[in-house]
Amino acid sequence: MFSYYLRLAWISIVRHWGLSLLMVCAIGLGIGAAMTTVTVNYLMSANPIPEKSEQLFYVQLDSWDVNDPFDDGLNPPDQLTFTDSTNLMRAQKAFRQNIQAQAFGVIEPEDPEMLPLIVNGRANSADFFSMFNVPFIYGSGWSNQSDESKEFVVVLSKETNDKLFGGTDSVGKSIKLEGNMFRVVGVIDTWQPKPRFYDITTGAFNDSEDIFVPFHLIEDEKISRSGNTNCWKPSGDGFKAFLASECIWTQFWVELKTEQDKQDYLQFLNAYVEEQKQFGRFQRPLDNRLSNVMQWLEAQEVVADDAQMMMAMSFMFLIVCLLNTVGLLLAKFLGKAPEIGLRQALGASKSTLFSQYIIESACIGILGGILGLFLAYLGLKGVENLYGDYMQGLASLDTNMAILAVALALISTILAGLYPTWRACNIQPAQQLKSQ
Amino acid sequence: MLETGLIIRALARNKIGALLIALQIALTMTIMVNAIFMIQDRQQQMQRDSGLDEANTFYLTNTIFGQDYNIQAQLQTDLHMIRNTPGVVDAIQINAIPLSSSGWSMALQHEPGEDKDAVGTAVYMVDEHAINSMGLELIAGTNFTQEDIELRKDGQSTWPAKTIITKAFAENLYPDDWQSAIGKTVYISQTQPMQIIGIIKALQAPWNGWNGVERSMLVPFHRESKGSYYFIRTEEGQRDALMPAIEKALAESDKERIIRRVTTVEDTRKRSYRQHNATNKILTTVVITLTLITGFGIVGLAIFSINRRTKQIGTRRALGATKGQIMRYFMMENFIISTIGNVIGCIGAVALNMWLVNTFNLSPISFELVAFGVVALFIVGQLAVLYPARKAALIAPATATRTI
Repeated sequence: MFSYYLRLAWISIVRHWGLSLLMVCAIGLGIGAAMTTVTVNYLMSANPIPEKSEQLFYVQLDSWDVNDPFDDGLNPPDQLTFTDSTNLMRAQKAFRQNIQAQAFGVIEPEDPEMLPLIVNGRANSADFFSMFNVPFIYGSGWSNQSDESKEFVVVLSKETNDKLFGGTDSVGKSIKLEGNMFRVVGVIDTWQPKPRFYDITTGAFNDSEDIFVPFHLIEDEKISRSGNTNCWKPSGDGFKAFLASECIWTQFWVELKTEQDKQDYLQFLNAYVEEQKQFGRFQRPLDNRLSNVMQWLEAQEVVADDAQMMMAMSFMFLIVCLLNTVGLLLAKFLGKAPEIGLRQALGASKSTLFSQYIIESACIGILGGILGLFLAYLGLKGVENLYGDYMQGLASLDTNMAILAVALALISTILAGLYPTWRACNIQPAQQLKSQ
Repeated sequence: MLETGLIIRALARNKIGALLIALQIALTMTIMVNAIFMIQDRQQQMQRDSGLDEANTFYLTNTIFGQDYNIQAQLQTDLHMIRNTPGVVDAIQINAIPLSSSGWSMALQHEPGEDKDAVGTAVYMVDEHAINSMGLELIAGTNFTQEDIELRKDGQSTWPAKTIITKAFAENLYPDDWQSAIGKTVYISQTQPMQIIGIIKALQAPWNGWNGVERSMLVPFHRESKGSYYFIRTEEGQRDALMPAIEKALAESDKERIIRRVTTVEDTRKRSYRQHNATNKILTTVVITLTLITGFGIVGLAIFSINRRTKQIGTRRALGATKGQIMRYFMMENFIISTIGNVIGCIGAVALNMWLVNTFNLSPISFELVAFGVVALFIVGQLAVLYPARKAALIAPATATRTI
């Protein structure tokens, strides 16, 4: 019976081709628009490190001005002072901990023919690589020992290694960075978390860094820091005074295995702040936070307002398209009243009629879904072109999304077809036959 | 008016069909009005004056990596060389570029002290050539002189004694009379006094999304820093030729630095508003497609309802109704449905706007825009129903005598 209904559906679709085309186009456009925006939102809010996002925590301490709270008092500052993060680092109370900041520098290649290179860097602790599951092609990160003795070691990105060493194993070799010789200890494979969760403050969808160096080198001004700096209290002259100031510019991550560990760590943070209060710091009420990766992304509102607004709009758009379809299906099915009456008189049951017309709706749905998928593909290409770098890698359809698109089209069209079908099944045969 | 009652009674017999179109119109209205509102809002933001002579200016980054480098001497040499290049109007060293999204900010306050109210502003560290180099307009007070320019080392926390601010900033500091700002002393970094010596018409901050984007201050500093920008203004039409020439001259004069990111201010503006532009294009597409879908939906449904009523229409024609009357009937029917849709749509538009205002800090929509939406949708509805109504009018009276 199913294939027979399919054939009937096809005949009916072709006979009223204008109307069918209108419905398929409407559903296609609705699904296309919805899927484009859903995909962008889905990729923006994706979990960049699903295997351990629940165990990595971003640390926030409220060290801000007592008279003028950070973020109107809604959230503690989004970074830490150098003093606090180095104190927390020294305490070593978590399973793993990482202090970091953005850095930059100039590499002078050995080959005098090659032009010097400006690189974006990250200054971080040894634990960074194991905490964030960074994949290595050659070598590995540096050790805690190297951190403490402030060794000149560097981890290169694959791209940087390609540029400097033609992609060969460069572990053990040296590069000249900011006038100092750095020993290469590892080369990272292509690694581009989206969103780049480990540093939201300098752009959640920026590229990952070209080089990674030990954080403590910033302290000795061997590496220049960049990224955001935020101060509420004037600091004195010189870099030493800046390091000791209340300016926030470092980020601190910890890895904690269990809920108990988390509670313990929070207690440790609270105790630390209480202790600092005695030195006249941390005048604001206690507000220390540990946010896991997803909580942190949510708190920092990584999904752009624009993207959310568009998604809301595109769903309303889809609803308009569906209302359109309901109306057209209703008109179409009611137009068949005489035919339905005749079939009922000849013994067709309501359930038979019901499945026949639902199948017809479903066919339109699938056609609309396929068109929608194609339109979503075009839409995402368009979005990528329009937004440029910002949307790079955020606008691609995967299988999940493709299945979702067709399923959404199918389900919504069947839902849209329910009422018209029900009306069609309730046609009084006698009345229809009388008028024939 | 007898006809209106008749149409309403006829519609009541096919409530769902009419309601579906009305709802469609309502939602279209809701989305359309809000989308147009968002488009206008963005367009206004993009049209704000940056204060710069955008067509004739460009900048580049100068990154020094050499050790034991005489930054100060090289800065003087560079500026001298650039300023004397034929076609160049003027040039400066600067710490940040308007609309480039990265820069410096500080807060100024009327009285010294820790817990006083302060107003945030973008800081541009420049010399006395800034006004000429950027194409700014000094509307009150005086410019810096060469003697005012101090050398600033990295990490230095003291500030010079003079500053020039934008008119918008002056209005913020002195709401009663912005011109009174000239000669007044304000405090930077909580305690350090600075005297306002001049006011410029406009100069935007680096951050286009900041609500204080019109607030900027010029500070007379030359920076002794390993990274800085040179900002250059050229004579009309000379920019594109001078960009590679100056880049080459700078790069070749000194091998211990890197000259990069030679960029026009126009490109920076484009980049800065790229997201706005993209969003606007998408919203425009949405509005157009949505209107088309609704329009075609009305056409489809009208044709169907006319087909179903062929016999009745024939009968009416046979009983003496003119073609015009038949057409008017369907136009009137659409008008009534549109009215219902528009009423719901107005409520929906305002509701969606309220949600947007609450969630995304947008401002409320204007009455004119809602009125525009209503008129536009009435026109779309009437246009859409025109063709089916004409078809209906052409039904021959004889149809009434035939069975289907």
